[in-house]
Amino acid sequence: MGTEKIAAMASGNLDGAIETHGLRRVFKTRKQVIEAVAGVDLSVRPGEIFGFLGPNGAGKTTTLRMLATLLPPSGGTARVAGCDLAREPDKVRKLIGYVSQAGGSDYEVVGRFELVFQGRLYGMSLAAANKRAAELIEMLELEICADRPVKTYSGGQKRRLDIGLGLVHDPKLLFLDEPTTGLDPQSRARVWDEVRRMHDRGTTVFLTTHYLDEADALCDRIAIIDYGKIVAEGTPEELKREVAGDVVTLTVGGPPQAALDALKGQPYVREASVEESAVRLYVDRGEVAMPAILRALDAAGLQLLTIGLHRPSLDDVFLRQTGRSLREVAA
Amino acid sequence: MKLLRDTWLVFGRYFWIFIHNPAWVVIGVVQPLLYLLLFAPLLKSIASAPGFPRGGAYNVFVPGLLVQLGLFGAAGVGFSLIAELRIGVIERLRVTPVSRVALLLGRALRDVMSIVVQSLILILLALPFGLSVNALGVVVVLALIALIGLLTASVAYAVALWTRSENSYAPIIFTATLPILLLSGVLLPLSLAPQWLRNIAAINPLSYAVDAARAVFLAHLSDPSVVKGVVIMAVLCVIAILIGARAFGRAVA
Repeated sequence: MGTEKIAAMASGNLDGAIETHGLRRVFKTRKQVIEAVAGVDLSVRPGEIFGFLGPNGAGKTTTLRMLATLLPPSGGTARVAGCDLAREPDKVRKLIGYVSQAGGSDYEVVGRFELVFQGRLYGMSLAAANKRAAELIEMLELEICADRPVKTYSGGQKRRLDIGLGLVHDPKLLFLDEPTTGLDPQSRARVWDEVRRMHDRGTTVFLTTHYLDEADALCDRIAIIDYGKIVAEGTPEELKREVAGDVVTLTVGGPPQAALDALKGQPYVREASVEESAVRLYVDRGEVAMPAILRALDAAGLQLLTIGLHRPSLDDVFLRQTGRSLREVAA
Repeated sequence: MKLLRDTWLVFGRYFWIFIHNPAWVVIGVVQPLLYLLLFAPLLKSIASAPGFPRGGAYNVFVPGLLVQLGLFGAAGVGFSLIAELRIGVIERLRVTPVSRVALLLGRALRDVMSIVVQSLILILLALPFGLSVNALGVVVVLALIALIGLLTASVAYAVALWTRSENSYAPIIFTATLPILLLSGVLLPLSLAPQWLRNIAAINPLSYAVDAARAVFLAHLSDPSVVKGVVIMAVLCVIAILIGARAFGRAVA
């Protein structure tokens, strides 16, 4: 009795959360077996924005589609929004929203019609679905296009409608598969605002992206996936802290190689390299290293032209974890 | 009841898309007219050929046309589904708690609705040319055509979900439908055929539907072939719907 009660309380607290153990997905083709997701353990907490980061083909979308009941896992277990994914897919479907990369609205159909229809599929009466559609249209600022066919929408409007389709039933957990891919900067900022507003309302958001700045700006926690495996997990700050300290870039009046030679032996410099005409240094603590760098350059008789200090970005994290730059991969 | 509600909702969506595309509505009405105007005149002289069933050229020809309408009218429905797969519509519907049977049945019934309306137009247009049929006969034959359409549409949707590409779907569907059609006696009665052709036709379920439709139009509503044709189509329909719904449940990108 006692343990059942505790288990019930625990599952109640897990509404909107994700817990996976050894989640796998294998695709078989005629010639080979591809392990797209190779044993993923994830723990997403209720109410957080969780970023799932990785290059194309790393297993992001496959993982997402499994968690959204669209694809049966080949192995492992998962609890999604407090329900067992394998045994209670119908319960999971009622609690989650999912916005695929392609979107999901039909070009020939009017936006408002899609929202009302979607609400009806979740069991709403026509009146309730109409009301909810009107709310979403106002919330997502789709008033000017809501009664036109989707084919007349701009990229940003269509993406907002697609997100609206995922929000119709006010899900506890929303999956967004690359929500800003292919959007212009303004539309991208609008989607970010929307995601933050969902977060403020207590919705758990699980999003995939291959933009590091997006993960950095939006997410409470991040997991990096590569070749179907999680290679790093933590808050953006934690992950960045794993990368060697701070980054100092400087230029000198003279060959950068001379500055490199003067600095790379210093005790506070972990790594040094020349990039184009600038020298790039990884140091433990930038604010302590800067005066020392100035003195070292003085001693070598080199004139300092510019100097900059920046914190490592997630790009640096990704580079260290996977050995590749995400920007190169994405391009 | 959830199944009925969901089917009605899905039907409503595709009906909305249909009536908002005037071109499809016009094609739907013009097609049966073309069948009648451009092909039926050829029948006058053939009807007097030896072995041709009695009862008037139109009463032999129109049932075949209706069966063909049921088959061809539904064979191409998978194209729209493939387009929807590509833009994520199907995935979006599959992630909701909507019944998988309703996802298939709702849209297939919308297709059947077009086929039944076209069939009715074709029957009405053929009346002044000399087609004779009573009201009950019309109801029975429309039900039969609806079953053919539902069966074909369910299979077509399943094939579309399995292939996920027009380039695989089109050859499969058209390679399959043509022999099925030719071996059903739809164009000319199989009573004109040599024995070996009749033997092959005997294992073609559609030939029983054609027999049933002809029996209705030759005023033998009580003929056993009518019940036989309807039952065979109904059973195959149920099987096809289950297979199609399963394909909707399992659709994998």
